[in-house]
Amino acid sequence: MSGIYDAVVVGAGVHGATTALFLARGGMRVAVVDRAAICREASGVNAGTLTMQMTRVALMPFALEAHAMWASAKTWLGHDVGVVVCDGLSLAFTEGEAALLTERAARRREAGAPIEIVNFRRAREIEPGLSSDVLIAGHCRVDGYANAYLTGLAYRRALIEAGVTLHENTEATGVDRVGDSWVLHCRPTSIRARRVILAGGVWLEKMAGWFGVHVPIKTLVNQLSVTERIAPVMRTVIGIASGLLSLKQYPHGTVVIGGGWQGKGDRETRATELVPESLIGNVRLACHTIPALAHSRIARAWLGFEAETADALPAVGALPDRDGVHMIGSVHSGYTSGICIAKLFAQQLLGGTSHLSLGAFDPARLVVT
Amino acid sequence: MTNVLVIGGGPAGMAAASTAAQHGLATTLIDEQAIPGGQVYRALPASYRIQGDLGADHRTGQALREELVRSAATVAMGHRVWNARSGFRVDTIAADGPQSWTAPALIVATGTTERQLPFPGWTTPGVIGLAAATILIKSQRLLPGRRVVVAGVGPLLAAVAIAIVKAGGEVAAIVDAARPSEWLAKLPRLAARPDLLLRGAHWVAQLHRAGVCHLGGHVVTRALGGDRLDAIEIAALGADGRPQQSTHSIACDALTVGFGLVPNTDITRLLRARHVYAAQRGGWIAEREADMRSSVPGLYLAGDGGGISGAVAAELQGRLAAFAVLRDLDRFSTIAHAGATAMLRQHHARAARFGGAMAELMAIRPALHRATPADCIVCRCEDVPRSEIDAAIDAGARDVNQLKAWTRAGMGPCQGKMCGDAVAELVAARGGTRSTVGAFTARAPLRPLPTSALIGQFDYGDIPIPKPAPL
Repeated sequence: MSGIYDAVVVGAGVHGATTALFLARGGMRVAVVDRAAICREASGVNAGTLTMQMTRVALMPFALEAHAMWASAKTWLGHDVGVVVCDGLSLAFTEGEAALLTERAARRREAGAPIEIVNFRRAREIEPGLSSDVLIAGHCRVDGYANAYLTGLAYRRALIEAGVTLHENTEATGVDRVGDSWVLHCRPTSIRARRVILAGGVWLEKMAGWFGVHVPIKTLVNQLSVTERIAPVMRTVIGIASGLLSLKQYPHGTVVIGGGWQGKGDRETRATELVPESLIGNVRLACHTIPALAHSRIARAWLGFEAETADALPAVGALPDRDGVHMIGSVHSGYTSGICIAKLFAQQLLGGTSHLSLGAFDPARLVVT
Repeated sequence: MTNVLVIGGGPAGMAAASTAAQHGLATTLIDEQAIPGGQVYRALPASYRIQGDLGADHRTGQALREELVRSAATVAMGHRVWNARSGFRVDTIAADGPQSWTAPALIVATGTTERQLPFPGWTTPGVIGLAAATILIKSQRLLPGRRVVVAGVGPLLAAVAIAIVKAGGEVAAIVDAARPSEWLAKLPRLAARPDLLLRGAHWVAQLHRAGVCHLGGHVVTRALGGDRLDAIEIAALGADGRPQQSTHSIACDALTVGFGLVPNTDITRLLRARHVYAAQRGGWIAEREADMRSSVPGLYLAGDGGGISGAVAAELQGRLAAFAVLRDLDRFSTIAHAGATAMLRQHHARAARFGGAMAELMAIRPALHRATPADCIVCRCEDVPRSEIDAAIDAGARDVNQLKAWTRAGMGPCQGKMCGDAVAELVAARGGTRSTVGAFTARAPLRPLPTSALIGQFDYGDIPIPKPAPL
């Protein structure tokens, strides 16, 4: 233990790492601990999609700002995460989906997303690889994707440059109140800090439990797959009206297929198990969308845990009646919006004000007694 | 209902399936090849007709195949295993699409993959593995080239060289990283199988008579040529185990090279069995006890995939695994099990002594990996040179999975089967041990899955699209 930190952040995903980064830049003495390596859970294994067309309406202002942050990561984070800004399409193959798409696009447009509905011919101009079964599409110019697996590399450098003490492979196991600060018990070391910021993704429920607070967090087990490197077959990031597809081809040639199809997993043991039916359904949907994918091979599939609260809105703010204890997480499509929410959260902790309120995300609403 | 699934149709898998079926278990053997046999006992293609004796290995393999046919085991050839789930469920893909298999017991007998040491030019056409050369010569009856260099380490060097000479090819040289003294040191244990030792001695004598030059304590440092191999450069190994500066070249149109065998652990890792790193037995291996049980109930390991001890031991392990299943499914009493396995254990101990000594000769040589030049491609699927791996370690990667994320090494279609050892050695060289830097996480599909075969014929309405995400 080296003195008392202003804040210790538990969990080095994008939420924890971004919060830590801006707290440190704002003058706080900050430590980050993670059970394993930085950004190796949801923040490193998600599909990297940065799309407004899968973003929840309530998160749209944050997602738009976060998109701009990702696109300019080099200037504020200092390091690139392979972000490509490109057109995005959300597709409808049936009349029912067309109605759903039209309604959802309108709601998202009201929230600020530059989405317009286009007919098949226009969609084909935007994405020549598209299936001819498409009826209409939502077209958004502010979409794109990142190489999620590079997130840890970028944040690790940035945190170290900002003077954050980073403890990877350090598992936090509980807390004690000592005077006016908290002692976070970790293996192999313990850390004392005035503030504890819980940023543990699906493990937030367990972490809040250290403080005797029960915040139920559901676990989604998202299953993704990727093709081997192939010649270009698409240039946009593609989803469908229901939101259950994400598809894009990276500059190095692989196509990542995702969208929230569920596998099996247990957050306690961290064991995951691929569900072949989900893989087949997801790949069928991908091939139905971009027919050229039927000539590729799936090189790898993997699963990641996504956290979700009871109302599927984020949990960001102080734990009630626990001095200096905060949480941040459970942001739907958190990789897209989370960095903006975390930056605003850090500003709030530093005593500043912001143009966007995090009030609706107060964890107090989620506490079960 | 199937009682036991066996994955892999080599000596261990064939013996396991035959033994299980002979004793009344509903048994299914799954293998991706067309005909059982595995690598050592690889069968000729069904269309081949060859006169005369094909050698001792072929006869042993044929006997195992015939035993399998006589048994009541179901043999599912041409089925490629791409996923394994607890319980157990095994997912395969074949010409007619995907299929799932279930059984309460699973014997994994998936053997090994050849270890490769990256060196400049190792991706040049004309450079192939010793295992690949063995397949070409033994099964396809083809020579790898007109003038072949045989290089690397281990008993496969002599086996491949003699096969080339017998088939009328020219062996330009054998470039062997092991020094003769290393072989001599293993002699007492190799004497556990005087027959095999004698066969090896006979090969060496034949190669000597054929005028084949054997360079002990040397490695290939570069393959030269653009679209096809023209020559290789070799260097002697110094006292530190690294290649020395001065090199000389050998003209050749094929190089077959391999640095030992690595147990295939992707299925046991997917099933979360406990593994240990045991360099002298091939590397990462799933823990197994004397009756071939893994740390996961119902999961058994037979053959070199559970630690290298050779084809003879593998067959005996297959039978031991089958008897363990019979015991665990209560088909055999403790006494019946002890009676059935007593003699097998004795034979196995002797075979494993010989095989273990061979495995040590094939063990990884970290000094060679550490000498990999900066611009040398290490992950050939994703074109990742050593310099990028070193840069990621500089940036803080301390385990192979973080390194994989930051460099793409091991992310390609082979999923690190080719580069896994090389990458791990480079990380361990900079801090930690092979145990602390870990192994690439096993991910399905274990083999690349052709999309068209996976999805089959379907209508959009057949896709079970989940309910819409919340707005």
